[in-house]
Amino acid sequence: MALRKPKLAVWKFSSCDGCQLSLLDCEDELLAVAGAVDIANFPEASRAVVKGPYDLSLVEGSITTPHDAERIHGIRRASNFLVTIGACATAGGIQALRNFKDVKEFISIVYARPDYIETLKKSTPITDHVFVDFELRGCPINKYQLVEVLSAFLNGRKPNTPPHSVCMECKERGTVCVMVAQGTPCLGPVTQIGCGALCPAYARGCYGCFGPKETPNTASLSAWWSELGVSERDLMRVYRGFNAYAEPFRRESEAHEK
Amino acid sequence: MPILQAETTEPSHVGDSFVVEREHLEQLLQALVSRGYEVVGPTLRDGAIVYDRLTSTADLPAGWTDEQSGGAYRLQRRPDQALFGYAVGPHSWKKFLFPPVQRLWQAARNGKGMRILPAEAPARPKYAFFGVRACELSAMAIQDKVYLEGQFVDPGYKARREDLFIVAINCGQAGGTCFCASMNTGPKATSGFDLALTELLQDGRHCFLVEVGSVRGAEILPAVPHEPASDADRQQAERILDDTKHHMGRRLDTLGIKDLLYRNYEHPRWDDVTQRCLTCANCTIVCPTCFCTTVEDVTDLSGEHAERWRRWDSCFTVDFSYIHGGSVRTSSRSRYRQWMTHKLATWIDQFGVSGCVGCGRCITWCPVGIDITVEAGAIRASDSMKAPADQSEDSP
Repeated sequence: MALRKPKLAVWKFSSCDGCQLSLLDCEDELLAVAGAVDIANFPEASRAVVKGPYDLSLVEGSITTPHDAERIHGIRRASNFLVTIGACATAGGIQALRNFKDVKEFISIVYARPDYIETLKKSTPITDHVFVDFELRGCPINKYQLVEVLSAFLNGRKPNTPPHSVCMECKERGTVCVMVAQGTPCLGPVTQIGCGALCPAYARGCYGCFGPKETPNTASLSAWWSELGVSERDLMRVYRGFNAYAEPFRRESEAHEK
Repeated sequence: MPILQAETTEPSHVGDSFVVEREHLEQLLQALVSRGYEVVGPTLRDGAIVYDRLTSTADLPAGWTDEQSGGAYRLQRRPDQALFGYAVGPHSWKKFLFPPVQRLWQAARNGKGMRILPAEAPARPKYAFFGVRACELSAMAIQDKVYLEGQFVDPGYKARREDLFIVAINCGQAGGTCFCASMNTGPKATSGFDLALTELLQDGRHCFLVEVGSVRGAEILPAVPHEPASDADRQQAERILDDTKHHMGRRLDTLGIKDLLYRNYEHPRWDDVTQRCLTCANCTIVCPTCFCTTVEDVTDLSGEHAERWRRWDSCFTVDFSYIHGGSVRTSSRSRYRQWMTHKLATWIDQFGVSGCVGCGRCITWCPVGIDITVEAGAIRASDSMKAPADQSEDSP
């Protein structure tokens, strides 16, 4: 171990703060985390700010404004390791739904003074702007995976965050496949593991919160969903969730857009 | 009517068969419980018949059956109260003998190095499997080859396997995706059980023909009211099994299948299946013979404690074939081909038997209904390089 504790910073961009809160949500592990790192910047937890550079930066949120796009470069420069946390930071988040439409139209409808709003046309993941050392998926992230990433960073090893399907986690839990046994459409076969296969354990189909798995065959899954009675419009919408702008989901949703 | 009136109190022997009435089956289950077994067997949960803990025969899915096809499984009511009137479900027994996640060892930091902590004794639940199908007995025999008969013996598997009591059930009906008859693994349990039941339901009578398969099986029988089986009982059981055998939902032609697949590595059918395959790994995880695992090393935040865990893995993940520099099987084509060819062909070279027991789980539980019998059949139908003499037999 290093003589001094590594400095950890947490940064927020366009997001709901849920992923940062996963860190506070660590409860049992929180003291161990606080013991292992110096929390140098974490506005959700403390107003105290320690100046950079930082050994590890956790970045939440997507880039949606010109100011964001500039600020992330400063953070990158001040950070030895930069890890993005959550669907916003890794895929653009739910706010990336704007990417499929004209954001100016939204602004004109939503705001009384659209001219006050300075925003980018697209909500984009951090990796579109700076080099990212590691991306932690999820909406929100899984706190155990977050602790795993921190442990891996502190111990100089690769985190165990496999990129394969949710199905493997369902099977590990002994959950009966909701698609096969109940005909419930489920995104599990194209979605990355990490949540603990939560929804199918409660008889719901997977919503794809952890984004596309490695080598996802969304076209085949969509064809099967069609046979289960899902309309083209719904097929388009189902991929437009928290990871709508992740490439495989974006392409698949566009394939079903009239 | 029994021809020979034997005293039921006489010790029974391996190979003997008896009749146990439906209402006395409970005593068999309780006899197992009282001997310290954790009884697990088929029970209803989440819209399927899964394998879970049984506390009484009331936990069995009486009066239920299943309808199975590629990518679809539905429970249905039966017109009778059969206890075993369905095919295999989403679970297999491997989850008990070879749990999905196991800790292999722990270590503590020791200065700049580490110290491996003394090994824990493997968890040793004493299981009784209640209602094991013939195809599943074959699957267990295959996993035995992997874990017990190779160069290295898995101590946890060995412990659980040695203590295991098996009540087999001969299949009274074939499922929609069953093809054990093609694989010569069923529907009748021929070995590897302590007791084997055949459910007899006729003319208002509901009983079980019980065949003794081991000394352990013979020893437990006095705890259960039973009478010698008559020839008529045995004939009824034979008729049921014959009927099951002729109503398999699927069929796989195994004639020369090893060479068929070996000479068709570049068959266009692999490209076709790639369009459909999700590489989600469901087929491998539900397969009762698939045994692949990976290991994960974890540390705690302080770096003072490390553990190595073993978990089920699948040849459908990219990481599975990762070696220095990258993964060997990056395309889903190569991954599906690897799985099917291993199951039906290279397994024969590796273990001397087919890796497929014809249980049909990979067909039913594939989310998009990919069917190994159809894929193999398609390759055979357009086998571009037919061997001169396809009679040269090497099928299992």
